[in-house]
Amino acid sequence: MSKQFQFKLVLLGESAVGKSSLVLRFVKDQFDDYRESTIGAAFLTQTVTLEDQTTVKFEIWDTAGQERYKSLAPMYYRNANCAVVVYDVTQSPSLDKAKTWIRELQRQADPNIVIALCGNKTDLSARRQVTQEEAQKYADEEGLMWGETSAKTGEGVSEIFTAIAKKLPLTAPPPRTATRGAAGATGGRGVDLNKQSATGQNEPCNC
Amino acid sequence: MDRNDYYGGDSASLNLTQLYRKFRPDQAVPAELGRDRDYAIDLVPKFIIASGELTKILVHTEVTRYLEFKQIAGSYVYRDGKISKVPSNEMEAVKSPLMGLFEKRRAKKFFEFLQGWKDEDPASHQGISLDNDTMKTVYEKFGLEQGTQDFIGHAMALYLDDDYINKPARPTYERIVLYSSSMARYGKSPYIYPLYGLGELPQAFARLSAIYGGTYMLDKPIDEIVTDADGKFVGVRSGNETVKAKQVVGDPSYFGAGKSDGGKVRVVEEGKVIRAICLLKHPIPGTDEADSCQIIIPQNQVGRKNDIYIAMVSSTHNVCAKDIYVAIVSTIVETGVPEKEIIPGLQLLGPIYDKFVSVSPLYTPTADGKADNIFITNSYDATSHFETVVEDVQDVWKRMIGTDLILKKREIEGVQE
Repeated sequence: MSKQFQFKLVLLGESAVGKSSLVLRFVKDQFDDYRESTIGAAFLTQTVTLEDQTTVKFEIWDTAGQERYKSLAPMYYRNANCAVVVYDVTQSPSLDKAKTWIRELQRQADPNIVIALCGNKTDLSARRQVTQEEAQKYADEEGLMWGETSAKTGEGVSEIFTAIAKKLPLTAPPPRTATRGAAGATGGRGVDLNKQSATGQNEPCNC
Repeated sequence: MDRNDYYGGDSASLNLTQLYRKFRPDQAVPAELGRDRDYAIDLVPKFIIASGELTKILVHTEVTRYLEFKQIAGSYVYRDGKISKVPSNEMEAVKSPLMGLFEKRRAKKFFEFLQGWKDEDPASHQGISLDNDTMKTVYEKFGLEQGTQDFIGHAMALYLDDDYINKPARPTYERIVLYSSSMARYGKSPYIYPLYGLGELPQAFARLSAIYGGTYMLDKPIDEIVTDADGKFVGVRSGNETVKAKQVVGDPSYFGAGKSDGGKVRVVEEGKVIRAICLLKHPIPGTDEADSCQIIIPQNQVGRKNDIYIAMVSSTHNVCAKDIYVAIVSTIVETGVPEKEIIPGLQLLGPIYDKFVSVSPLYTPTADGKADNIFITNSYDATSHFETVVEDVQDVWKRMIGTDLILKKREIEGVQE
């Protein structure tokens, strides 16, 4: 029997650096030049199989445009096991924005979160503004993983997600959501509203 | 659009930095309180009734996929100088220290009457008409003492004052049934609470809205509500940008609350609530070390017209560091010295490490908004739960859309601003 693990992965980064395209390439191996933001999906999932047949299932959260207008709430990266912070190699300011997100994660997210810095759009090499050396130096200083990708050609995409899967601590299945504060004495787990709604079904909801 | 850099407005949950910025701008956060990220301090003390309307909305809209809930560990009421668990059915009534031996028997009969009530079965009515008889009549029929009436009306039916006694009994009956069925649902109390604080609720609705294409702007000051010559809504101005829309909905703070700008009066003040956020380093005495609880001090017990509420949560709900307990004491202000009014509540807490007191006016809109397309909600009231908030949302929906908010298909998400 191979082991299976599930992790929450969040994407962060400035608008238009290709976060959704990166996910689409990873999950469906597709690319769309004029992509609109994902509508209606809470998150996507994709599974990576490692060499020892361990499978790592990513629950991938995209920003749904909430990175604009400073409206991405702490809830988004709460309990995330890993984060891919994306910048556009053709836009220097997008790396600064990525650094801001990394500081925010270091301050507010789970201290054990695995963070990968990802330079996207390497297919546009003629317009490159961010060198590999510059980004990698910063990533090393901060203890982050780093890689470059092209969501358009697919270059580097599966590599970066696989590298994250290898780096995640595969010792115990992580809780799907936080139970860190769950002291045994209090009964631990939360309540399930959905399950209980079945008993209230005899009164049709005409509120 | 939200002027704050966090979600939730008056019902947000703040970390320590935000809390001190709001209440003590010139004071640094004490290091001994621990890490900022461990805190989510609610600004309003409200719990979710397990079988209430908000629970139905949470389940229906599937925002539950972003939220996790835990029970509130206990529901208590103050009587004759001490606190006791609120009994929720005839079995618990018989064991409750709230009542003497003979009163227990009377209370048992009263609860059996409520549980046995069937509209279609006159034999279950025992001569009472829930629609025509007042609650006073019902209490008298069972011979319940004043103190028993206090905990039934205030800690179970959750009335803030005694006006209900002289009104028809049915709404009180329904509230007691709601309390009992909510209690029966998870066991410890009729209340549930979202991990990481109440501020998770607006964040979850915002996230849901965003994935269906909604756009949110935080940290965006609102400088003007722009109207045309007839006073109808045109747009909202922030700095030199104006965003135009057909309708606008928002809380009273965006529509002139507390300001006299000489313009149209859109909201009026109807009373004030005092809230004291208290940080404790111990559970509340007399609650069996409960990690969370509600305590209601019925008005009669302390010579007031309005109840005093205490809502307490702790690290079990991921809202503060371990061994810290956050209790909010609140009531409707009756005098010119509101801080004195909450003393009976503060005295139940034991030593208080720190206290953040606010007195907030309760605003209500002057018009339904149909004439000018400006739809304003009420301020968060003094009740200990979200039922009135849901009523307000349903009311705003009806004013804006013209029909009742009916949860049948997945088409109503994020009614929140």
